[in-house]
Amino acid sequence: MSNIAKAFENGKAFIPFITCGDPDLETTGKIVRELQTNGASLIELGIPFSDPTAEGPVIQDANLRALTHGVTTDEIFDFVRDIRRDVTIPMVFMTYANVVFSYGAEKFISTCAEIGIDGLILPDIPFEEKGEFEDICVKYDVDLISMIAPTSENRIAMIAKEARGFIYIVSSLGVTGVRSEITTDIGALVKIIRENTDVPCAVGFGISTPEQAKKMADVADGAIVGSAIVKLAGRYGRDAAPYIGEYVKSMTDAINTV
Amino acid sequence: MAGENGRFGIHGGQYIPETLMNAVIELEKAYNYYKNDPEFNRELQDLFNDYAGRPSRLYYAEKMTKDLGGAKIYLKREDLNHTGAHKINNVLGQALLAKKMGKTRLIAETGAGQHGVATATAAALMGMECVVFMGKEDTERQALNVYRMKLLGAEVVPVTTGTATLKDACSAAFREWTNRIDDTHYCLGSVMGPHPFPTIVRDFQSVISKEIKEQLMEKEGRLPDVVMACVGGGSNAIGSFYNFIEDESVELIGCEAAGRGIDTFETAATMNTGRLGIFHGMKSYFCQDKYGQIAPVYSISAGLDYPGIGPEHAYLNDIGRAKYVPVTDDEAVNAFEYLARTEGIIPAIESAHAVAHAIKLAPTMDKDKIIVITLSGRGDKDCAAIARYRGEDLHE
Repeated sequence: MSNIAKAFENGKAFIPFITCGDPDLETTGKIVRELQTNGASLIELGIPFSDPTAEGPVIQDANLRALTHGVTTDEIFDFVRDIRRDVTIPMVFMTYANVVFSYGAEKFISTCAEIGIDGLILPDIPFEEKGEFEDICVKYDVDLISMIAPTSENRIAMIAKEARGFIYIVSSLGVTGVRSEITTDIGALVKIIRENTDVPCAVGFGISTPEQAKKMADVADGAIVGSAIVKLAGRYGRDAAPYIGEYVKSMTDAINTV
Repeated sequence: MAGENGRFGIHGGQYIPETLMNAVIELEKAYNYYKNDPEFNRELQDLFNDYAGRPSRLYYAEKMTKDLGGAKIYLKREDLNHTGAHKINNVLGQALLAKKMGKTRLIAETGAGQHGVATATAAALMGMECVVFMGKEDTERQALNVYRMKLLGAEVVPVTTGTATLKDACSAAFREWTNRIDDTHYCLGSVMGPHPFPTIVRDFQSVISKEIKEQLMEKEGRLPDVVMACVGGGSNAIGSFYNFIEDESVELIGCEAAGRGIDTFETAATMNTGRLGIFHGMKSYFCQDKYGQIAPVYSISAGLDYPGIGPEHAYLNDIGRAKYVPVTDDEAVNAFEYLARTEGIIPAIESAHAVAHAIKLAPTMDKDKIIVITLSGRGDKDCAAIARYRGEDLHE
């Protein structure tokens, strides 16, 4: 069984995202521990990319801050190796295809397995291109996470059938970022997913308030929050960990209320 | 010649967010239908001929030929097209296709502004809404083109992220497309991005090589020995090469922007300094660091200032069918001035990169050989920037 499944064993999952090295890895380490302490079920660690085409301005800026401070993939690997000594919840990397490809796919993915990374989210690898990394991911037991979008329609069944780890449901059109309202009928997407797989699904893109998180977690198996957390990281810099901890607590409390 | 999922050898593909997958699939289906539709082709041909002014001339540059003392030089005058560059060929095709698909809004990226102007033009002609994304730095380098786009009714969005140049404009356009797909067609300006764009853009631009072949056959009764064009993403180059790929006697040369030189970091010569990667929807060669971060490239030419190259060029390079040579800012500026003085033609600074290589190559070839240089665009837009490069205090 995929290690990621553990994130969905105890009720609804809360999945926070943070950009590694924003502004430095020491701060990221403090944030990750706060996330775990405050009830995160699984953590998405972003490896910054120079041109994050699926991100809105908040996460774009975080990528830029991290790269400006010079963080590299190798340093992030060392960082994960280090925090894995006390962070036990599942963790996945979220980055872009070129970061993996350029490092050498086998070298990158085998290192993920070695340091305790359970999955890989690559927003620029759709179903048609997953062959690029899939065999290597299977070989090293790192789940290549599938995404399903409001425009997926006739593609949902095909994607769901081959999904591993969890399914990332993109709540809205456009890029990552806070939205005042999510208008997609997530329930309808989830229904088709359920007809095709037992792999759990979590909703991301645009979620920032406890009410939104609760609503999304209720129709799916969990909620993913990125920009709202990264915004706090941007605002408070090296002091961000406790603020993020407090925010995450409000979110995990909300999704676990019945 | 693209294979499954738009592969050119190992290059190409569809490396895009799931949100856009049905949009590119829908585009591919529509294109495959309309490319064989006689009415679509008739409409496009009429637009090419009566609106854009095709066929563009193939001009024997006699003074330049004599001055260089080697191969006979012909200029394919895409600069004489309506809006002043080859970009209009692709845009008329895509705008017509978008209209047939029921889209009412065009978005585009632009570097030098030529593709933006062409898209704004087609949108005005066809009564469509138009938004053009342009790196903020380029809006300053190419202020006149920004004004032209606005005059044509387009909205111009200055992009401040990243290096604020073409690649960032391209990322911004992709982001906008993800945001609004239903009524919007992304009118991509070069032979890049996810399948089917590299194929669609190539097909619409291949009119260049089709005409060169016919025109040279009429004038000289034979094929050229060399066809050369400048390469950023590579649309005028692939258009110039395409109908000669099967003619193995014809040497195909793409001229890349080397900026301050391929041994410096201030270069945009992808084939000469880049390596294999995945970006902007395609697998191809990209300027990048050892961790795969896309490099902040540089060229005096806003239109060639891009860290990647179209997948079909990457493939032609791999199989040795075309070669790609670097041309520096200095060489391009010299060629810009040379062509103005020698032939009375002011080329776009992008096209001047191809002229620069011809200046080096022609004298090494016999007088019975023939070189065709594609002049992808006119240079009016560049005059102020080149004047400043030469130290003159000229502002638009």
